[in-house]
Amino acid sequence: MTSTPVTKNLELSSTGSDEDETCRTFIFRNEDHTLGNALRYIIMRNPDVQFCGYSVPHPSENKINCRIQTFGVPATEVLKKGLKDLNKVCSHVLQTFESSMRDYRSRNSPGAAMDTTDQG
Amino acid sequence: MERIKDIRSRVVLQEHGLENVLSSDFPGTYKGFDDAWDHDKFKMNFRIDVVRLAGDELEFDMVGIDAAIANAFRRILLSEVPTMAIEKVFIYNNTSIIQDEVLAHRLGLIPIKADPRMFEYRQEGEAGLEGRETDTLEFQLKVKCTRNANTKEATDPDELYRDHKVTTKHLKWIPIGNQSQIFKEGDIRPVHDDILIAKLRPGQEIDIKIHCVKGIGKDHAKFSPVATASYRLLPEITLTRPIEGELAKKLQRCFSPGVIEIDSKNGKEYARVAHARRDTCSREVFRHDDLKDYVQLHKIRDHFIFSVESTGVLPPEVLVSEAIKVLKGKCRAFLHELKEVADM
Repeated sequence: MTSTPVTKNLELSSTGSDEDETCRTFIFRNEDHTLGNALRYIIMRNPDVQFCGYSVPHPSENKINCRIQTFGVPATEVLKKGLKDLNKVCSHVLQTFESSMRDYRSRNSPGAAMDTTDQG
Repeated sequence: MERIKDIRSRVVLQEHGLENVLSSDFPGTYKGFDDAWDHDKFKMNFRIDVVRLAGDELEFDMVGIDAAIANAFRRILLSEVPTMAIEKVFIYNNTSIIQDEVLAHRLGLIPIKADPRMFEYRQEGEAGLEGRETDTLEFQLKVKCTRNANTKEATDPDELYRDHKVTTKHLKWIPIGNQSQIFKEGDIRPVHDDILIAKLRPGQEIDIKIHCVKGIGKDHAKFSPVATASYRLLPEITLTRPIEGELAKKLQRCFSPGVIEIDSKNGKEYARVAHARRDTCSREVFRHDDLKDYVQLHKIRDHFIFSVESTGVLPPEVLVSEAIKVLKGKCRAFLHELKEVADM
């Protein structure tokens, strides 16, 4: 399979026609199911997307192929939205985790225990 | 509608096999459901409850997220959160019975307590064999076993010999460059000081210089920062009709301790699901014909009970934060590359 190198880790596969920008296969270098499945999920939640799937073409090649077909918008835009959404999800998860951790600490430190008895 | 809600939110455990395993909440799958990704909706439903933090172990519930993303965090914890580990072993002398390559491998697996965020990845080929203060930690292991002259009749090796057990407490940190100013004594050390590395007899010695570098678990398991990082889905047990008397006791025995409690009401004993969370989902109950029609076992699809056990290199809550940051970093890196494509 030939492909046009674009940047270091992201490539556009040149199988199929380049004319139709609603269908693209992206090659992510140095990535695996970790990003592949998370990204596939979030892209599939986009109503503009007709199909999104990924594969690891060979276990000893450190890359994934990610195919996106849309109902009309350019596939690159869909990928960009997917990455942005996933980034926002991560930010929120991180924020929630850190505040939950702070809550847990204040609940379980000796000073906090005294506070609750005062209120009670 | 209720049936569809069940399909979307529950995995069903049946006598033989599972049902509704895959997520199906995508736009167009169900009539009457809006499944388009909505960040505000996600924020409303998402929550994390920390259940237990004890030493190197952390248990927390992550609710309202899909398995694809929760699994990404788990996978990153195992193989993509960086740590420092022994990578190069310079053997000047090794007269012990343990072979050089076996010794080097054993050393590699020792967890090293050093904050990996303070270091950079060592570039291959750069600076030759000499490490730099920003990417390398140096240790020395120099031990020689001698006979203890004070004992005559002893048969116990601990009394007969000195330094016959080489453990991680013999590893001595040698600061490079300005490391002695940045780190205090005790900041950089093996996590445990009682890991046995080799056994010696009088006259045998080990003289080794060691380089620790930053790396990730994908490259070698010694860099993995966790002993285990796993999640399970929250079980849900439903009794479809009241179960009483002997049958209730039998039901209780089908589950893990504490899952089913027995209440007394009007002189009769009734079974009640008390702590479904404690269930191991053994499906034992389906082996009993007198019970299996009255019990439904489910798992809640978006309720993940995470359990993270650190090797001691970093606290488990820091590891989880770092894992989330790694996934964020991946998104940002590809967004950046996508922008470069657009500019061309």
